[in-house]
This record gives sequence, C-alpha cells and structure tokens, in this order.
Amino acid sequence: MSAALKPGTSLRQRLRLQLLGLIAILSLLLYFSVRTIAGGAAETTQDNILSASATSIVEALHAEQDDILLDIPYAALSMLGANAEERVFYRILTAANTITGYDDLPAPEVFPAPDQPVFYNSQYRGSAVRIVAMTRIITLKDTPTKVLALVAQTRLGQDAITARIANTAAALGVGFFLVAGILGALTVESALRPIENIAAAVQRRGPHDLRPMLKPAPSELAPLLASLNSFMERLRTALLRTEDFIAEAAHRVRTPLATVRAQTEIALRRAKTPEDRKALRAVIRAVDESARSAGQLLDHASVTLRADKMERVDVDLWVLAKDLVHGLAPTAEIRDIRIVLRPAEGKFITIGDPVLLMGALRNILDNAIKYSPDESEISVALTGESEICSITICDQGRGLDNAEQKTLTRRFERGSNVADVVGSGLGLTIVSEVVAAHNGSFKLAPNQERGTCAKVCLPRK
Amino acid sequence: MRFLLIEDNADLAVSVRDRLALDGYGVDWADSVSAAEDCLAGASYDLILLDIMLPDGDGRDFLSAQRSREIDTPIIVITARSEVSDRVHMLDLGADDYITKPFDFLELEARCRAVIRRKNGAASNVKHYGDLEFDSLSATVKVAGRVSELRNRELRLMEIFFSSPEQIFPKSQLLDRLFSYAENVSENAIEVYVARLRQKIDGGAVRIETVRGIGYRMSKQETSNREKPGP
Amino acid sequence: MRQSLLATKIVWSMLAIFALSTTPSRAFEIEAEQYFAATDGTSEITIMSTADLSVFAPLVLGFQNQNPSVNVRYVVLSSAELYSAVLEGEATPDLVISSAMDLQTKLANDGFAQPFRSQATETLPAWARWRDELFAFTLEPAVLILSKAAFADLPRPRTRQELIELLRDNPARFENRIGTYDLRTSGLGYLFGTQDARQSETFWRLSEVMGALQTRLYCCSGQMIADVKSGKLALAYNVLGSYADAQSESNVDIVLLEDYTSVMMRTAFIPDSAKNSQLAGTFINYLLSADGRSLLRAEIGPGPLDAETFSSDQNLRPIRLGPGLLVYLDQLKRRSFLRAWTSAIVQP
Repeated sequence: MSAALKPGTSLRQRLRLQLLGLIAILSLLLYFSVRTIAGGAAETTQDNILSASATSIVEALHAEQDDILLDIPYAALSMLGANAEERVFYRILTAANTITGYDDLPAPEVFPAPDQPVFYNSQYRGSAVRIVAMTRIITLKDTPTKVLALVAQTRLGQDAITARIANTAAALGVGFFLVAGILGALTVESALRPIENIAAAVQRRGPHDLRPMLKPAPSELAPLLASLNSFMERLRTALLRTEDFIAEAAHRVRTPLATVRAQTEIALRRAKTPEDRKALRAVIRAVDESARSAGQLLDHASVTLRADKMERVDVDLWVLAKDLVHGLAPTAEIRDIRIVLRPAEGKFITIGDPVLLMGALRNILDNAIKYSPDESEISVALTGESEICSITICDQGRGLDNAEQKTLTRRFERGSNVADVVGSGLGLTIVSEVVAAHNGSFKLAPNQERGTCAKVCLPRK
Repeated sequence: MRFLLIEDNADLAVSVRDRLALDGYGVDWADSVSAAEDCLAGASYDLILLDIMLPDGDGRDFLSAQRSREIDTPIIVITARSEVSDRVHMLDLGADDYITKPFDFLELEARCRAVIRRKNGAASNVKHYGDLEFDSLSATVKVAGRVSELRNRELRLMEIFFSSPEQIFPKSQLLDRLFSYAENVSENAIEVYVARLRQKIDGGAVRIETVRGIGYRMSKQETSNREKPGP
Repeated sequence: MRQSLLATKIVWSMLAIFALSTTPSRAFEIEAEQYFAATDGTSEITIMSTADLSVFAPLVLGFQNQNPSVNVRYVVLSSAELYSAVLEGEATPDLVISSAMDLQTKLANDGFAQPFRSQATETLPAWARWRDELFAFTLEPAVLILSKAAFADLPRPRTRQELIELLRDNPARFENRIGTYDLRTSGLGYLFGTQDARQSETFWRLSEVMGALQTRLYCCSGQMIADVKSGKLALAYNVLGSYADAQSESNVDIVLLEDYTSVMMRTAFIPDSAKNSQLAGTFINYLLSADGRSLLRAEIGPGPLDAETFSSDQNLRPIRLGPGLLVYLDQLKRRSFLRAWTSAIVQP
C-alpha cells in the first residue's frame, strides 16, 4: 500500500531553494547598499574637501580698482593633494570671461546661488573629475558681479575607494551568503527534524502498533498527528471488528453446519435404501464443501488481515513442521496415510509470523492428504542452503498438469482432475500470499514417480 | 473409556454421543460450563470434548482453568473458529487437540484415539475373544503367539467386531464406520479390509465369517480350537 | 647658470649642431644638445633637461654602460622653454628632467605625464614622487653664500633674523653687495621666493632690507657664485646649493640657514607623448639606482635623494610635490606676489 505512494517534491529541497534564493537576494541587496552608501560617503568626503577648497578660494576674491583680484591661498590647492594624489584644476570666471585658471574647465550653464555650491562629475583632460562650482558676488564698479569658482579633482582616489568598497561589499555579500546559507541549511534541518522524528517514529512502529502517537509535535504538525491518531484508532477498531466479524461469521456458519452434518450422519446410519443413503451422502458432501469454502474464505480473510500487521519473530521451521505433522497425522491415519517427517540436520530458522506460516503449511499438507490415495505416504522434508531454507511436502497423489502448476495458486482455481474432492481452491492462494509476505517462494512440481511436491523456500535468518 | 462432552447444541451433542457410543465410548454430556463443573466433580473422565462458545462462559476460560488446576485430562477443543491464530492459541492454552466444526465423526474418533494414545503412552487395553488377543491402544492382534500390527482401518474394523462378537454387521454399516461419507467408495471396499484382518488372525480359532447377502461377523470355533492346540 | 658654464656650453652646442639639423624645426630655444651614440645602438631616447650637459654627461654614459644598445639624445634648455615646449606639444621627448618643480608638477597635473612604476620608484618616499608620474632624484637646498673676505670680521648669520640684523647693522658694508634671484625672470628664484614667503613673514622683511641695500638681481645661481667669489658680492641669498657645492672654493662660505632651508628637488617624468617610454623608465631607474646616485653625488654635491639627509637635519624643508605648487603659478597670484616683491626689493 506504500508502494503506490509517489513521493512529491521534497520539503527540504523546497525550503533550501527558497532560503537560498532569499539569501542570494539579501546578499545582492547588501552588496548594492554597501556600495551605494559607502560610495556616497566617500563622494561626500571628496565633495567636502572640494567645497572647503572652493570656499577658501572665493573668500580670497576681492575687487580692487574695478579689477577682480584673487590671492589663492596655498592651502586651497594643497589640501586637495593631502588625501590622495589627485590632479587638481580650477577656474575662476565671471559671466563674461575667465579670470584665471584652466579656461576650458567645464562650468555649469547657470551660476549656482552663492551659498549653494553645485557638485558634478565631468571629463577633463582625459580623466573623470569631480567639480564643485561656487558662486560669490563681488561688487565691481558698483554693480554686484557673480564670480564663479570651479575646483576640480580627478576621481582616482574616489575610483580606488569605490573599487575597494566594491570588493569589500562583494566580500560582505559573499560572506553573508555563506554564513546565512550555512545557518539557513541548519535552520532547515532543525525545522524538519520534528517532521523526520515523527516520520521515523511512525516507520519504526510495527504493523501491530496502532497505539496513538504521543510524541510531542510542533503545533503545525499537531493536526496531522491528531488525524493520524484518529485514523489509527479507527483502523484498530476496524481491524478488531473485522476479527470479531470473522469469528462470529465462522461460528454462525459452522455450528449449524456441524449440526446438519451430525444429524445427517445419524440419519444415514438408519437409512435403509441405497437411494436414501446416496441422497444423504450428497447432503454431507454439500455440507463439507460449504464448510470448507466458508472456512477458507474466512481463513483467507484472516490471513490477509494478519499479513497487514505481520509479526516478525524467529521461527524454527523444524518445530513448526513437527507440530504440523502431529496435528494432521490423525486426519491422515483415517485413510491409512502415513506422514513422514524426514530427519534434518541443523537449524532452520526464518524470520516471520509463525501463525501465518503454520497456516500456509497446514494448507499444503491438508491438500496433500486430500489428494493422496489411501495407504500412501506423504513426506515432509527440511533442506537448507546458506541463504534459504525450504520445506518440501511430497505426496503420491494424482499429480498436476504442468500447465496447471502456475495457475493453481490463483484464487478459486482447482486442478482439473480433482472435481471429486471437496475443496474451494483458495488453499494454495493463501499459501502463496503468506510465502510472498515472507519474501519466500512457493513452487509445485511433480514428485519423482507420482504425485506432487510442494516446495516453500524462505529466507534463512 | 468415559468422555465428557461439553456442547450447548443439543442436536450436535446427541449425535456425537450416539456416534462415540458406537465405538464403545461412554459419553456424558454437559450443555454449559456449570453443568460441566458438576460432572467433573462427580466423575473422572478419560477425555473432555469442549466447545468454545458456551452460553454461560467461554470454553477457553474453562480450558485454562482446568490447566491451572493441574488437571491433565486430555481436552479436545471443538471450535467453529478455524483461523490459524485460534488454532495455535488453543494449543497454547493447553488443549491437546482441536477439531473444527463441522467435523467428520471419523476424524473426531481418530483424534480422540490419538490423544488418548498419546496420553497413555505405552499402556495397553487388551481384550480377549477366543484365542485372539486384541490391544486397541497399541493396535495389535496376537494369535497363536504371532503379533500383527493393525493399520488404522483394520484396527477400527477389529474394534467393531470386538464390540459385539457374533453379531452380524451389514456391509453398509461397516462402510459408514470405516470411510468418510465424503468419500465415494463402494461397499466392496470393505472386502479388502476384511480380507486383511482374516490374514492377520489366521491360525487361531477366531474367524470373520461372511454372511452372504448381509454382512460379516466375528465368531470363534470352539471345536477346531480344541482340535488344533496352539504351538 | 647659463653664463657660468658658457664656455662649455658653446663647445657642446657646436657639437650639437649636426644632430640638430636633422630634427624638425622647433619653436623653442635650446641651449645645447648632444647625441650619445651607444656602442651598438638599436634604440634611442630623447632627454630634455634643464641640467647642464657637463653635469649629466657622466650619467648618460653610465646609463649607456648598463644599456649599451640605447642611443641618447640629450637636449638642454631653460625650464620655461622646456615647460612651454612640452605644454604646446612642440617637443616629444621621452624623458623630461627639470629643476622647476612647480612647472613639472603643473605638466603632470595637466595630464602631460604618464605613470611609471618600478621597484626603484616604489621605494621612493611619498614626498619624492607624485602620482607615479613625477619622480624626484636630487635634493638641492637654497643656501646663503658668503664671501670669506667680506665676513672676515663679522659673525656668520645662522638665521634669517640674524641676517636681517647684520644687514641693518652694517648697511655700508653690504650696500650694493647683495645678490639674489630676480623672481620676475628666474623660475627657480620664484619657486624659492614663494616657498620662503609661505614659510615665514621674515622673507618680506628680508626682502625690504635687501631692497634698501640696493640688492643686485640675478637670473642664475652660477653668476651669483661667480660674483661672490670675485668679491663683487659680499653675500648671495637663495643660491642653489648644488652649484655652490660643486663650485665651492676657499674664499666662499656656504650657509644653510638654521631657521629653515628650502630644498628643491630635481624631478623627471615621462611625457604622455613619449615614443620610448619603456627606455625612459629604465633611465629613471638608473637615476634612482646606487650607481646613478653616486654619480649624481659626484656631479651635483650632497644632493641625491637620501633619506638620511632629512633625518640628520631637521631644518631642511623639501618643497613638497603636489597641487600646492600650482597656486603660485596662478596668473593673479603671481602678479600680486611679484608686485609685492618688486615693491619690496626694487626701491628707488
């Protein structure tokens, strides 16, 4: 019943993939935010220095005799060289002309407001530069004149810092990814552990164990566990009811049949005419047949029921065979059939359900007795190899057709040459089902001279 | 031999009692656990036949109660439950054997015999008729110092004859006692077993005679016995 | 310096005429040129330098000794000419060597230099290189030189303050007998002057005192040294130490003022347009190597870049390479500075 279950996507796989995706996105976010923030901070630093430089320049601006004069403070430019070996450019201009400095240094179209320096990036003399533009108003010839100071610095250091930040950010991103990945994997494991524990606990319990699971479970799994418990409870009840039903059915069917049979036998003894006797015999045969059919149906049902919750214990096949022979010898003796249990060397231990195995072997031996002629012999032999042990039951009955040997184990099929013997055909089906449940094999083969050998092979412990 | 049959179904009980009586067993019948307790208090039995489903209790409880009182009277359980697990369970509880309803009287008889034989071990139950010595427990006949083993059907046939020597048993009656009704045999099948018995008791004074058209009977010939003293 | 070595230069220039005639016409004025053919020359570099041939010839030969396949064209020109030649793209040397730190810095700043890295440049202290483009290879202090005869009965000034007092106390003796650079014409003089002005206000007082004493103004160190030696001058201020050292004689004293002494560095860079930048790099490595240094020491004096020079004398102030040097190149700045200086030094 578990073979039909097709495993779906693994929960672990899904969790891992999703966590990994999430971590990857977070890592990228971290990488870009570190880059942006740190890059911005570095740029702000550069801007501040540029701004200080420009401020010191515009503060040195003054008008004298209708002339704009500028005494650039030494520090104005030297401070720009302090933090990095940047190239420095400057330009002082009015709307009309460049007063001093690099007259091709790109200036903004519109002069910024005096107290609002403008920063911008540009390309100058083959290098990327950061430029600050700062305006100061100077009264020249009684008219306020806007003087713009541009101070530019290459962005080498800036680029180096950006590259370093990018590296750091990348390292941070990768580091975060690794650490979070490992933690994520651990989290997945720890999150799945309760599920696995419960799965393992369910798996560990044998088929008989239908007690409710009392393991503490995470609240999310509690409904599942509750359902499982209630399911098992129902199953237990159903199984108990089935067993009770089988027992009850057997009783209800068999007891009246027994009475009928007994009465018929007595009537038969008193019957005088051959016609009466023949009729009464037919009744007995009919009773036997229905009893047997009912018995085997119930047997089959109980074997199936039991196979679902099969026990697995050490079974000594020799003891089993002895008990079996012992139990059926009287039945055989009625017709002077001898059952011979051949002595065997060594131990024959298999793992399985002794009740089921006994049932299966009893069915075989029962069959053998049924199809054996009077005063014949049935042998029961135990043989063993390294991995398997076998029980072979040979009779001297009428044997089977070759073609029949395979189909015989199917439900309700009987050999074509046994129409005169009472049987339902379920016996061998029970045998093959029990043997299959024990990972064994069941074969029918012709006996050496006459009759049939039934061989049951079981894995040796 | 005295049996106690514990069975609540009267029809079945009566037929079992009657049938076992034919084999020479005296059967007391109890229809409930309490009645059985009464019987057991008053007499001792060689065998108990116990039905499981009883009106005033479970036969299994009775079974384990007997065993726990260390009463080792052999018990054969008659059960309607045929499941393998039940059968094993009965033996575990201390039953000596079990038989599933409905049953063939022949099988019941065979199982009773087997259980008794097993319990009594090497004991014997020797009967004499003429110079013929018959031990039903060891299944042997002894005539003129010669011991012959009897096979099952021969043994039963001999028991029938011994149960009522000189009586004529019709073939059909013998057939009923030797063969299952489920078996399709003709009355002539009896002749085979009669012939074998004759061979095994040959040399003594006891004969199995054919009463033509009726059946067989066992008789002894006093005269010839005297004329022919044993070796 | 032109005049001081006039004779030699003429000789060298004559030698250079042949080489010159093969090169395209130039808009700049060269002072001398020599083609050093290597023993098995397969490649060539052109060095444009402000250093005299006599000073650099041994270095070129030393370089060729190690690199026998390199022909070297060595062209001498003034720092201003060199600056404008490179700026205007009129010359395409493989290596530019100049004592004008400010101009060199400006060229590098304005993108005319290409970076060069080697083991030798990496070991240079940070103040001796800029942007891996400009490399200093000498240290040459601005010194005060005194005529021994003039100072026979006077104490030697140790600081500018002492010098000022000395000049004030003895106006008659120093009247018309003081020499210094004309900052308006000498690039080096302007550099030393602006650095002095940056260091201390005493520069302006000294200039005024010197102006009052009818100080003579020179274009070059060599001439000043010559005039001190000849006794025409009692002292010369801010003379390039290397030349003073190289030409020191018994009648001249060299004083490194203790309040501070500006130290000029001769620098080299590989122009952006260099045809053979790799060999130029090799030449820089040679200049910085032990061999190069010992030759420089022999030619220029105690100049070569030695870290010990600074640890041994706390008063030496090397002029730092970097954008600060651009400040005094600003036209407005220069104009106002020279105006102030002229009014101080040139007194009616």
